[in-house]
Amino acid sequence: MRNFEKFLRSRFAAALIAVLVGFAISAIVLAAAGYNPIGSFGALFNGAFGKPKYIANVFIKATPILLTGVSVAFAFKTGLFNIGAEGQYILGSTLATIVGVKLALPMPLQVPLVLAAGILGGAALGAFVGWLKAKFGIHEVITSIMCNWISFYLCNFIVMSDAFHKPNSTSALQVNGSSYTMILGNWKKSEAGKEFLSNIHWLREILLKTDLNYGFIIAIVVAIAASLVLNRTKLGYELRAVGFNRDAARFSGISVERNIILSMLIAGGISGLAGALTITGISPHTITLLAAMESYGFNGMSVAFIAGCAPIGCIPSAILFSSLIYGGMSVQQVMGAPSDIISIMIGTIVFFTALPGVTGMIADAIAKKRKAKEALKEAVKEA
Amino acid sequence: MFGNLILLIGITLMYSTPLVFGALGGVISERSGVTNIGIEGMMVIGAVAAATASYFTGNPWIGFLAAGVCGALVALLHAVASVSFAADQTISGVAINMLAPGLALFACRRFFDGAAMSPIAPKLPKILGESGLARTPFANLNVNVTTVIALLFTIIMWFVLYKTKWGLRVRAVGEHPAAADTLGIDVYKVRYICVLLSGMLAGFGGASMTIAIIAQFTQTAISGHGFIAMAAVIFGKWTPFGAYGACLLFGFTQALVIMLGGGDFVVPSQILSMLPYVMTIIVLILFVGRSVAPKADGVPYVKGSR
Repeated sequence: MRNFEKFLRSRFAAALIAVLVGFAISAIVLAAAGYNPIGSFGALFNGAFGKPKYIANVFIKATPILLTGVSVAFAFKTGLFNIGAEGQYILGSTLATIVGVKLALPMPLQVPLVLAAGILGGAALGAFVGWLKAKFGIHEVITSIMCNWISFYLCNFIVMSDAFHKPNSTSALQVNGSSYTMILGNWKKSEAGKEFLSNIHWLREILLKTDLNYGFIIAIVVAIAASLVLNRTKLGYELRAVGFNRDAARFSGISVERNIILSMLIAGGISGLAGALTITGISPHTITLLAAMESYGFNGMSVAFIAGCAPIGCIPSAILFSSLIYGGMSVQQVMGAPSDIISIMIGTIVFFTALPGVTGMIADAIAKKRKAKEALKEAVKEA
Repeated sequence: MFGNLILLIGITLMYSTPLVFGALGGVISERSGVTNIGIEGMMVIGAVAAATASYFTGNPWIGFLAAGVCGALVALLHAVASVSFAADQTISGVAINMLAPGLALFACRRFFDGAAMSPIAPKLPKILGESGLARTPFANLNVNVTTVIALLFTIIMWFVLYKTKWGLRVRAVGEHPAAADTLGIDVYKVRYICVLLSGMLAGFGGASMTIAIIAQFTQTAISGHGFIAMAAVIFGKWTPFGAYGACLLFGFTQALVIMLGGGDFVVPSQILSMLPYVMTIIVLILFVGRSVAPKADGVPYVKGSR
């Protein structure tokens, strides 16, 4: 029973309960609207994991939100709310496209440069927001929201500019082929590759029918690195100290201004990398005219929060979210139920992770009962 | 030239109206100590509720009220989480921004045969009727009635917050809930009321988009307005008139974009569209400076804790 209590107090239990409640509430909404919840969840699961190709797509779609999630989580741990991951992502993808189109170097040079451009874009935007906060005391939430829209229109400007616009389309020119980061990208399209793959069905499916790329592996490395920096280095300690108590940090000789800028720079760079990896890893390998925000940054917030803002926790959280979002598309195809049910479900899950108190309260109640029982036993013994 | 000036004022007022409602919602909630990131979501719910109710009843005023009620219902979630359960208010707000648009579209598709937009719904009137001032140079000053309501609400909120006992209580709860509690103020009750009002106002904001500016709900009717409103709250230093001014400034720059875009201006439209956002940052740097939130903003109050 004590173990169960301990489990209830853990972050994992809170997340698990939140997910269960998310499913329960969506089931109620679906049923109330006249759709079969069981069938819908079946379609959801099938749509996410039914075929090797679907699973590959879940991981592909998890890549950007894992990174924006880590970005939000990192900033949050240092006392900053990075609502600007969206803009950093957009700017990252835009700069990556610019560099990828203009440069045509061999792959070992090209890929790092394109990714660096994306990181730089996001980091610059993040640092700008951090600088505005450190220097002028302007709340990072306002400036981030403004920067989201500035990046949004900058992206559209580049797409439509003479130098980058692809004629008769709504997108920019594709980046050079040497920037691609698909797994076995060249080999799988060669004769030998096709020959080899024709024998292995599942491998052929995930390699030829999806843009399976190195992005997810890079994202996992980044998540682990972010966690190590936060928890195991002096820099991370200082960043967290500033987030925890600014005045105390200043008093102990930590430069608050420098750390605010640094934290936003790192968070921005991670979101920028997410944008760059989308360009190098997924077709159409370019930016397109945006009509509305693409929500990578906003979904990143959800990913981070369900993970309790632990960078490593973002890994399962991103996979969960991407399977919900990707699998959710088949809910509409198979059951006719609006796929917006997925937003409701994710919203509910995030909502209930905001209430970690609930599982704690259950644990408290159990502990109370146990203590009462023990006291009773003691009393009986004494008597 | 004169006609252009009038047009500029007209567009400024039109654009700022939904923002004003949203920002007022933010002000009342944050003054009581509850951060409300969920304004955007509450506005979306208001937008869909207004168009739907107006369409089915034929009466846009019922639509307007429905938007307020539905906005408040969503806000109730936020209140339960952040007041009763001492939840992380940022997370709860983010959740509402995820949940509400999903709910809005789900409802929309359910009501209108799977369409992601509502049919054209009856609109709220303009202040001087449909043809008021037509054929005069002042035609563009015949603004939506919601613009006037927004201004009225701003004045009322200023009065209530600064000139009444209840307003003093709200501010006390937002600055130092424990002290307010010892004076016998029910912190939870005040916060519940403020968060519900916040949702109602945000709902009105959504309505002033879908049954005043345009006449239907679409997926992009509310796209980022709630976030701009949130920025306006901070920009306006958490005061009703400050927030109102911030929204006006924002509406004005939007109007400039439209006016300049219409002429034979050399700047590409995408660069022009950045103007409101760039200008906001510049104004913040030059004139506004440090903004200090209500002291207990975002901090859940747990009775008896220090």
